[in-house]
Amino acid sequence: MLNKNIYLILIISCVFGISFWIGFNVNLLPAEASINAPIYDELFKILFIIGLIIFIGMTIAVIYSLFKFKRRKDEIGDGIALEGNLSLEIIWTLIPSIIVLIIGIYSYNIYDRMGGMKELNHSHEMMSSNTEKIWAGISQSSNNDIANNNLSVEVSAMQFAFLFNYPKGEFISGELHVPVNNKVSMRMESKDVIHAFWVPEFRIKQDIIPGQPTILNFTPTKVGKYPIICAELCGPYHGGMRASIIVEEESDYKDWFNKNKKTEVNL
Amino acid sequence: MTTLDSSKEIQKNTSEVNEKHEDFRMFGLVTFLIADGMTFAGFFAAYLTYKAVNPLPEGAIYELELPIPTLNTILLLVSSATFHKAGKALLKDKNSDSQKWLILTALLGIVFLICQLFEYFHLPFGLTDNLFASTFYALTGFHGLHVTLGTLMILIISWQTRLNTGRITSKNMFPLEAVELYWHFVDGIWVILFIILYLL
Amino acid sequence: MTISIDPQKDNNESLQPNGWLRYLSFSLDHKVIGIQYMVCGFLFYLIGGTLASAIRIELASPMSDFLPRDVYNQFLTLHGTIMIFLWIVPVVNGAFGNYLIPFYVGARDMAFPRLNAVAFWLIPPSGLMLITSYFVEGAAQSGWTAYPPLSITTPQSGQIIWIISVLLLGGSSIFGGINFIATIIKLRRPGLKLMQLPMYCWAMLGTSLLVVLSTPVLAGTLILLSFDIVAHTGFFNPVLGGNVVVYQHLFWFYSHPAVYIMVLPAFGLVSEILPVHSRKPLFGYTTMVYSIMGIVVLGLVVWAHHMFTSGTPPWMRLFFTIATSFIAVPTGIKFFNWVATLWGGKISINSAMLFSCGFIINFVFGGITGVALAQVPFDIHVHDTYFVVAHFHYIVYGGTVFIIFSSIYHWFPKVTGKMLGEKLGIIHFAITFIGFNLCFAPQHWLGLNGMPRRVAEYDPQFEFVNQISSIGALLMAISTLPFLVNIFLSFRNGKDSGNNPWNALTPEWLTTSPPPVENWEGDAPLVEEPYGYGYSFSEKNKKI
Repeated sequence: MLNKNIYLILIISCVFGISFWIGFNVNLLPAEASINAPIYDELFKILFIIGLIIFIGMTIAVIYSLFKFKRRKDEIGDGIALEGNLSLEIIWTLIPSIIVLIIGIYSYNIYDRMGGMKELNHSHEMMSSNTEKIWAGISQSSNNDIANNNLSVEVSAMQFAFLFNYPKGEFISGELHVPVNNKVSMRMESKDVIHAFWVPEFRIKQDIIPGQPTILNFTPTKVGKYPIICAELCGPYHGGMRASIIVEEESDYKDWFNKNKKTEVNL
Repeated sequence: MTTLDSSKEIQKNTSEVNEKHEDFRMFGLVTFLIADGMTFAGFFAAYLTYKAVNPLPEGAIYELELPIPTLNTILLLVSSATFHKAGKALLKDKNSDSQKWLILTALLGIVFLICQLFEYFHLPFGLTDNLFASTFYALTGFHGLHVTLGTLMILIISWQTRLNTGRITSKNMFPLEAVELYWHFVDGIWVILFIILYLL
Repeated sequence: MTISIDPQKDNNESLQPNGWLRYLSFSLDHKVIGIQYMVCGFLFYLIGGTLASAIRIELASPMSDFLPRDVYNQFLTLHGTIMIFLWIVPVVNGAFGNYLIPFYVGARDMAFPRLNAVAFWLIPPSGLMLITSYFVEGAAQSGWTAYPPLSITTPQSGQIIWIISVLLLGGSSIFGGINFIATIIKLRRPGLKLMQLPMYCWAMLGTSLLVVLSTPVLAGTLILLSFDIVAHTGFFNPVLGGNVVVYQHLFWFYSHPAVYIMVLPAFGLVSEILPVHSRKPLFGYTTMVYSIMGIVVLGLVVWAHHMFTSGTPPWMRLFFTIATSFIAVPTGIKFFNWVATLWGGKISINSAMLFSCGFIINFVFGGITGVALAQVPFDIHVHDTYFVVAHFHYIVYGGTVFIIFSSIYHWFPKVTGKMLGEKLGIIHFAITFIGFNLCFAPQHWLGLNGMPRRVAEYDPQFEFVNQISSIGALLMAISTLPFLVNIFLSFRNGKDSGNNPWNALTPEWLTTSPPPVENWEGDAPLVEEPYGYGYSFSEKNKKI
């Protein structure tokens, strides 16, 4: 009996050990390039480890019972007439409930840190007229931040391209250039069908629904070129609907901005 | 499936619904009406969401007047009562009375439909004018379809009720009871529809 | 032991054809209808599988080179629609439900045999219509979700045909659901209590409740959508003031429960198979029943987790996250109970058992990714990516389809009186299991790293992983061959199975195999302990 328990503890600790090792050492995610990304990866790691523990545990249990309780040749008769075990069943109702509850609260916390729980003010001064209703995606910043924000971009999505309008410079670009470590606030609108704005490296995604101008905020933290992907089926060329976001140093961004800026503004 | 075929070929079969089990036809009907009610629930949910979220665009006309629908509500409620009378009469083996009540119910249904059409023709908006107009027509139209079907069924059973020796007698009440339940259901839906579309 | 349903002589019966032809007729026999569902569903499975192969061939290279782009979208739409509405839903509900439920409740047929036949015969014409739409004017190409405004702006004829056939299939499903509820609740043989029913009855009761409550909402939604397409109303057309998100709410109000409509019957079937082959009672019968009902109730209030990126308000996201996560609890209970059923048994390792264990492993994996997907912040990154594709296929293929195969191995002797070959069965299992995991496991990584779903072309850095996935798909396609050969050979000259090859205690085995048309020669047996393995009285039950 003692032996059995020791084996059980050994196996369980092995499962935990392997799961934690994999959870911390195997990276399944792309680069982290925004403030959101590390927060997201923290949640991912936790879910990954818990998932691995359950999955490996269940798989071992199934395979073990297949070998251990295999019917030998010429063996007749039934297994033990065990119809249930109340305390065991209560345990495996309660433990998952607690785990699920903890995950739920934790992911709420993560979501709050990402800024998802903030209601965006509907009559947003800068972005919209008073009557227009704005739908909010993830917003990392309070309204005040946006008001004196360095960069706001108007995104229009259409079959099959994204266009980025820089209101301050009065020009439209096919690439999204943003300075690093700077809050970017986008007002996204769709011209035809549903599209979605997704930057995997930023861990953000927002559907762009026609008739619902949507605000999405993010802060890039790493210089580089990342893909912007449309993630909602939008027609035959859906797979080709991509753009790039170029995160660059403040000075590089200024150069690019000035080069593109409409000259009439200065006249 | 040769083995299957060679297995006993059957005289016995329970495929005909046994008379003893009348209750599960009713049970099946109730289940079906719950399903049908869910369709309406979906429409109502859509309408209420539109109301809450989508403002009526400027210049769009969506005004309803109360007199005709109120009359319609009364018509349907009365028709429920007359249908109930028909059932009572049949139970007492008064087939011709029952038939008269049924015809009266059907007439009320037809008047309801006429009023509904009258309302359609005199409304200041058309099907595609705006979102609320479309929802209005979809909801009342879908309900009107139910009333039309119900009226046809009432006419059929009223024909079958005419004789003591006919298909529907006090011994075989099921068709009448089934249509009655359906008719009450359609009435109930109308009352909800009236409250949601016209009064809210 | 008397039964209330006296088998009534029906003179019309002689008009029904015998032999092969009755499987093509408007037969009222629940066993014939069950087989009709099975064969019809399997034919559509082959078509849907061919479409899937075409999709995987296209995705073996990052360029859109194998199929024209709109045809690719038509293929993925047809693949989804066929697999869901013409293969999985009709087979796990219609085929096994019709064949088994009357046996389990001790009846000679379903409550409404005519309605039952109507429900089946709605399927082939609507399925054929769906497929011919591809050859006539081009099939629907907005995915099986048919999100407006895309579904409004794509070529209309295909979309309308899609809507009509889905409406018909939904109708068929509702008729089936009504029939199952009436049969299970009203047609039980006297003396048989609800809590003595085999677990599959409970699963079908739960499923049918979901069908009856949610399918009509889909029907209503599609009617509104067809108005938008044909009459140019603006329910879901933002240009005319409509609201796209309302469609998504209504659609997912059906389509999330639809996942449980596909999976709950599989839970029921596996609960029948495991006790028989491990010679042990089903562990925790009562908690299993409650967890099914728990899944039904929760399943109706979680739909908006498909819309976390659609601009839903924060409180809604929070509610649906918590509700969705809690589905893991009743589901988890069922899995622990199944493993506990295996534990301490005398397990025969055969094809049915292997497929069932494969199901447990695959589904646990799919369930874990499901809990992860329920978390809003997690979902925001992977929504509409290959991660979701992988999760979904782990649930419906790794889960339900594995159980369909397991059930075929388990009940083939019942239906034909012949055993299915074990060798080919184990080969079938091995190829399916390896192929399936090879195909879908890598897709989780693809989704996390930036490959959206429903694309014909993708970033070349994903080419290698996609090719692994395509090889897995190829294996899955190949795995159908040993299965078909096995069925064919066993059918022609399989080993005679006898009446009860597994020595099972559930009522369907307590008659001849194949069963007579009236199901039992005499009265239906009263089976109070369908899982009474290991008790002395199980011997007594077997003799009946």
